[in-house]
Amino acid sequence: MPNAKMTDATPRLRRHLLRATLGLAGGLALALSGGLALADPAKVLIPANPGGGWDGAGRQTMAAMNQAKIFTDGVNFTNKGGAAGTIGLAEFVRTAKGDDNALLVTGVIMVAGIITNKTPVSLNDTTPLVRLTNEYNAIAVPADSPIKTPQDFIAALKADPGALSVGGGSAGGADHVMLAMLAKHAGAPVNKINFVAFSGGEILAALGGGKIKAAISGASEFRQFAQSGRIRIIAVSGPTRLEGLDVPTLKEAGIPVEIGNWRGFVGAPGMSEAGKKAWLDRFAKLHTSDAWKATLKNQGWEDAYLSGPEFLAFLKSEETNWAQALREVGIVQ
Amino acid sequence: MMDTLTQLIAGFAIALQPINLFWALVGCALGTAVGVLPGIGPALTIALLMPVTAQVAPESAFIMFAGILYGALYGGSTTSILLNTPGESGSVMTALEGNRMARTGRGAAALATAAIGSFVAGTFGTLALTFLAPAIAELAFIFGPEDYFALMILSFTSVAVVMGTSRVRGFTALFFGLALGTIGIDTQTGQSRMVFGTLELLDGISFTVVLVALFAVGETLYVASRNAQVHAVLNPLSGGVWMTREDWKRSWKPWLRGTLIGFPIGSLPAGGTEIPTFLSYTLERRLSPHPEQFGEGAIEGVAGPEAANNAAAAGILVPLLTLGLPSTATAAVLLAAFQNYGLQPGPLLFATNPGLLWGLIASLYIGNVILLVLNLPLVGIWVRLLLIPRPYIYAGIVVFALVGVWGLSTSWMDIALMVGLGLIGYMARVYDFPIAPALIGLILGPQAEIQLRRALAVSQNDWSVLVSTPISATLLAIAALVLVLPLLLRRLRRAERRIEQEAAAK
Repeated sequence: MPNAKMTDATPRLRRHLLRATLGLAGGLALALSGGLALADPAKVLIPANPGGGWDGAGRQTMAAMNQAKIFTDGVNFTNKGGAAGTIGLAEFVRTAKGDDNALLVTGVIMVAGIITNKTPVSLNDTTPLVRLTNEYNAIAVPADSPIKTPQDFIAALKADPGALSVGGGSAGGADHVMLAMLAKHAGAPVNKINFVAFSGGEILAALGGGKIKAAISGASEFRQFAQSGRIRIIAVSGPTRLEGLDVPTLKEAGIPVEIGNWRGFVGAPGMSEAGKKAWLDRFAKLHTSDAWKATLKNQGWEDAYLSGPEFLAFLKSEETNWAQALREVGIVQ
Repeated sequence: MMDTLTQLIAGFAIALQPINLFWALVGCALGTAVGVLPGIGPALTIALLMPVTAQVAPESAFIMFAGILYGALYGGSTTSILLNTPGESGSVMTALEGNRMARTGRGAAALATAAIGSFVAGTFGTLALTFLAPAIAELAFIFGPEDYFALMILSFTSVAVVMGTSRVRGFTALFFGLALGTIGIDTQTGQSRMVFGTLELLDGISFTVVLVALFAVGETLYVASRNAQVHAVLNPLSGGVWMTREDWKRSWKPWLRGTLIGFPIGSLPAGGTEIPTFLSYTLERRLSPHPEQFGEGAIEGVAGPEAANNAAAAGILVPLLTLGLPSTATAAVLLAAFQNYGLQPGPLLFATNPGLLWGLIASLYIGNVILLVLNLPLVGIWVRLLLIPRPYIYAGIVVFALVGVWGLSTSWMDIALMVGLGLIGYMARVYDFPIAPALIGLILGPQAEIQLRRALAVSQNDWSVLVSTPISATLLAIAALVLVLPLLLRRLRRAERRIEQEAAAK
């Protein structure tokens, strides 16, 4: 096998070397001067630490775009995690103004985070581009946990909400709201729930090691650890079961809670019309490509493509809905 | 064991193919280059090279990436030692003794012990990765928030106590760093702290800005202010270009101890390459038969931390390859690269794609040899940097620092911060405050806070959770000892002397 690949790679060697050198030179120039790059790579800001759902969304999407030869000038990723992505949003609004090649990964967690944190910047300060995926949340527990079913989880929540430490993304995000909704359903006081914020892959280690009693996060983040038997997924939050995952929905268990975790991209504040059109076209092409279909399948993401003005309208309705939901569950007064 | 060996040999067969050797060489050279520059790390470099590798066989790509990962740590020590300006956060401790050595004409020996120490630690780290990875990976599940918190407290106390001319100065610097670390949005609640209504400070003060300001700018101002009075011209090459027998004797134990500290901590999900270097420096200072040389250029203080950061780099690959769990930005980029090839790192990968994994592991051994061969001859060339008159070289450093900080975020706030913190760095130099504790406070302070609050959330505000596990209790006990023991010893000695004096008076 390696031999076949070797003969394949050797004639291209010179070109690779050239591109490697160019790429590095471009990167160095970019990092040193912020604009003198030889190639013009996209600058994608990922508002979460490495290893989490947003990290995957940003890197996988750009990788598929590269694979489908839609955008091949290279991508420069920056991870800036914390506070439901609002730290990354603040940085993006501050540093990317007018940059047609700057993108920010965003999603429902950020919409909620902006409301809870009363962040002085919002998604209105960016150029909304596209919603790409939706992913339903899942509840997982350590492999040896006595909690086996969604009903067990609700019972534990009702018995002593403080004793059930539940990990999730940033405070005030979708994971936090989902826990609050479950508590409300269980009849437990929402202000007593014990939500512990994590960013990135650390939550898997904490859950697998039994440091927390349960975790709420995207189903895809849990999958590999569930397959290797370190954790158990006990429920998913979508309307239907997930393919290849023999786990009931909350609805099946009689719990009327449904939370989807959509993700997408926004462009820099003050992005030019030409720049906006170029990226909308690229995302439209990506949506129909085989590379993207393969990515969706591998990651367990649901296709939720929504672009341009429709996406803008959707964002507005999300903002209203979440403001209401957060007040209802008592996270925002 | 036999199985592992057979697999490893098969891996070498892949890694030793000319094309893969070539990629290893490219990676090592690139890694060394980015390690020298502050602000540009292996994560950014690998991310930039991602599209290039879309057409390269996965074996070759990962062999190059591994070279970059290891090479960055070899390169990071160079500017620390020669210019007192660390290129990476893992090289901060190297600057302390390394730069003193360079100033007394022992720069070559410092660079050599750093390179050989990196080689030793990198090789032992890779051996541990080869044979112990699955067992070490379990540490990720054993360490809880309270254990991480205790580990960070130990780093704080040990560093503040041993560094600088007095512990008051050490702790002042540490708390300055901790205070800087509280600026920005709090990740646990989303509230903004100490930002004084500015958008620029919401995401906190960038580590690179503080690193460049306190080290490079402070150092430059100091040199500028003292230059007229400095007449003694040192020949930087007077110490010879190679380590003496004495240097070897004093280096090999710190290399091994640094490896032992670096590898396990590096393999923790919240470990990183910095903590091991802090702990290694403290340990070497405590164990050295010449503690009085620390602060004046003790070779142990270079050998230990440099070994520790390379061993930690090998450790980072443990949770990534065995669990698919990325612990640093570099690991996350590597994970993305695996996924680009449709591969998911984890236990299954060892079964489904052994050629790739063992080729990668074998290439780590080869990369270490390449880096040593690449870096040792360079020592003689690098040292000549010191022959450039200091005003010229520091003028150059200031230009690079300004351009680098501006390029990071094109923010005026960062430039203003750099100048302001540079002045503080200058004052610190003049009044003998150590700089490293401030950086450690800034790096680890926010992490320690998060871990503390997670631990308290899980325990429902029961503070006894902080000593509830054997690991946390032991680490905190060591931290307390580090803090109290020197005081007790001094008091005992004073009491002894008083008794002697009283006896003599009688």
